[in-house]
Amino acid sequence: MAEDWRSYEPLLIPDIPNLHEIDVYEENGGYQALRNILDNREGKWTRNNVTNEVKAANIRGRGGAGFNAGLKWSFMPDPDDRPRYLACNGDESEPGTFKDRNIFEFNPHLFIEGALIAAYAMTIDTIYVYIRGEYIDWVNIFEEAVEEAYEKGYLGNDILGSGIDIDLHTTYGAGAYICGEETGMLESLEGKRGYPRIKPPFPAQKGLWGNPTTINNIETLANVPLVINNGAEWYQSIGAEGHNGPVLYGISGHVNKPGVYEYPAGMPVMDLINEVAGGIRGGKDLKALIPGGTSTPVLRADQLEGVSMDSNSLREAGSMMGTAGMVVMDEDTDMVDLLWRISHFFHHESCGQCTPCREGTGWLEKVLLKIKNGDGEIKDLDMLLDLTTQMEGRTICALADAAAWPVRHTINRFRDEFEARCKKSVHAVA
Amino acid sequence: MAEQDYSFTQEELDEIERLKAKFPTDKAATLRVLWVAQEKYGHVEPEVQQLVAETLDISPAHVHGVATFYTQYYKEEMGKFVLDVCTCLSCQLCGGYEILHHLEDELGIKAGETTEDGMFSIQSVECLGACGYAPMLQVTNGVYANNLTKEKVDKLIENLRNGNMPEFESMVMRQNEKRKKAVSE
Repeated sequence: MAEDWRSYEPLLIPDIPNLHEIDVYEENGGYQALRNILDNREGKWTRNNVTNEVKAANIRGRGGAGFNAGLKWSFMPDPDDRPRYLACNGDESEPGTFKDRNIFEFNPHLFIEGALIAAYAMTIDTIYVYIRGEYIDWVNIFEEAVEEAYEKGYLGNDILGSGIDIDLHTTYGAGAYICGEETGMLESLEGKRGYPRIKPPFPAQKGLWGNPTTINNIETLANVPLVINNGAEWYQSIGAEGHNGPVLYGISGHVNKPGVYEYPAGMPVMDLINEVAGGIRGGKDLKALIPGGTSTPVLRADQLEGVSMDSNSLREAGSMMGTAGMVVMDEDTDMVDLLWRISHFFHHESCGQCTPCREGTGWLEKVLLKIKNGDGEIKDLDMLLDLTTQMEGRTICALADAAAWPVRHTINRFRDEFEARCKKSVHAVA
Repeated sequence: MAEQDYSFTQEELDEIERLKAKFPTDKAATLRVLWVAQEKYGHVEPEVQQLVAETLDISPAHVHGVATFYTQYYKEEMGKFVLDVCTCLSCQLCGGYEILHHLEDELGIKAGETTEDGMFSIQSVECLGACGYAPMLQVTNGVYANNLTKEKVDKLIENLRNGNMPEFESMVMRQNEKRKKAVSE
């Protein structure tokens, strides 16, 4: 990653007052990518060309999975007489993640423009934007932007005289982490409990109401107009090898200046913690980092040297990029307490469809509570580790994996701390 | 308590029609109509679920399934103000439990309970997506109160008792100096 991040100017959320207003957005080049595409749809910007450009840019999905967005678009079958949908995931419930709300609040039109370009590329005429229910204030802010876009003719019938019709409907949930899982979100959009679906069939084949559907994260789609305006090559020049573009880093926990920051992918982790976020509170030492939301494995401070925030570097270090929601922990952090609370979260949020998850998350929490309260034994730690292998990969969706990984990695990487909490008599025997 | 007649006004029914129009099936509007009902009655007890089912012409079992799946629907009557204190991950690290326990002490109830005068309920909740502004809480599924201290919580309680809801707080990125200035002006 380039060392010049200090001179980086934000692209997703640039420092322009009132950019959420459509006039201001337009004055600053907004909706030019869409106009350009619609004007040249017989030439440079055919639907396929748009998809190919986005694919070449390799926008890694910002919702956590890191999948190439353009490649995902290319999975949509050719249009037939069925309706086709774009479902935009603004559920943002992964603990440590609080970035997409910034797009809704500060640059909603960039996202709307990206969603429109995606809909054009995939011949989609209906966009759903699903936002978590707790974000009701941001739902209302975003709906104002949508209304403006309708008034200006960017949404609705015959968009900018192109003869293309695209509608955008905003809706929201009512409190359920699992609705951030893409098929759980589809179920919720259909007005049901957010039970994830078995794949295959994948949403591109059978999504909303059984019709072809593509699901993208909000930040992912906000990257699309940048790619169209500047080209895939330019996009590839930002960030790290194999992980490009701007990233909204959410930094929280024991730092002096927590918040959301926009920098290129591949930022040096220690620069983010020490310079961007102002270092550890109270002059304390760094103990650990969860790099991309609760389900990404925790890294000890000594594992962070030379690590950068991109998928390759984090994989080598033993973790994942996830949502780039970085949770920083100082030297006083009680890892047993922390892991118990994480397990409580997953137990609470398990939808209950699959036995390994429904029961497994419950046992993880129960046993960790026992250890936290000083009643645990060494053998409980090994049972927990065994339990994680019995949950992983055995369920419909990845929630069981997301619950298992923190337990496995936190125990393995802080084993001494967990053993010290176990009963002393048993400790001696073991 | 006398038996209550649960029904939507014409205005609410018009709003429900508008919500139904977003989706190709009426069932898809279940979450949104439950919200309309909760807005009106303050909870979605079984009688309210029945009203939602009848309004959408779908099975009460479906509505019950949805109402009980999502945490933001109140399955019973709650206090006038529901204080959802986040204690998850970043909030745990930054004192979310201290805030929760302080509230419990101040209001004389535990998380999950409602004060006798019906003013306040407290809940310990999962991540609300405000991790950089921890500890924080949400008031009755609405506004977020960020960067809490015990003093700020006391002030919030006093304000709520006087009927003053906190205002929406815009958390501008620290990089956005100009925007920050514009917001503060």
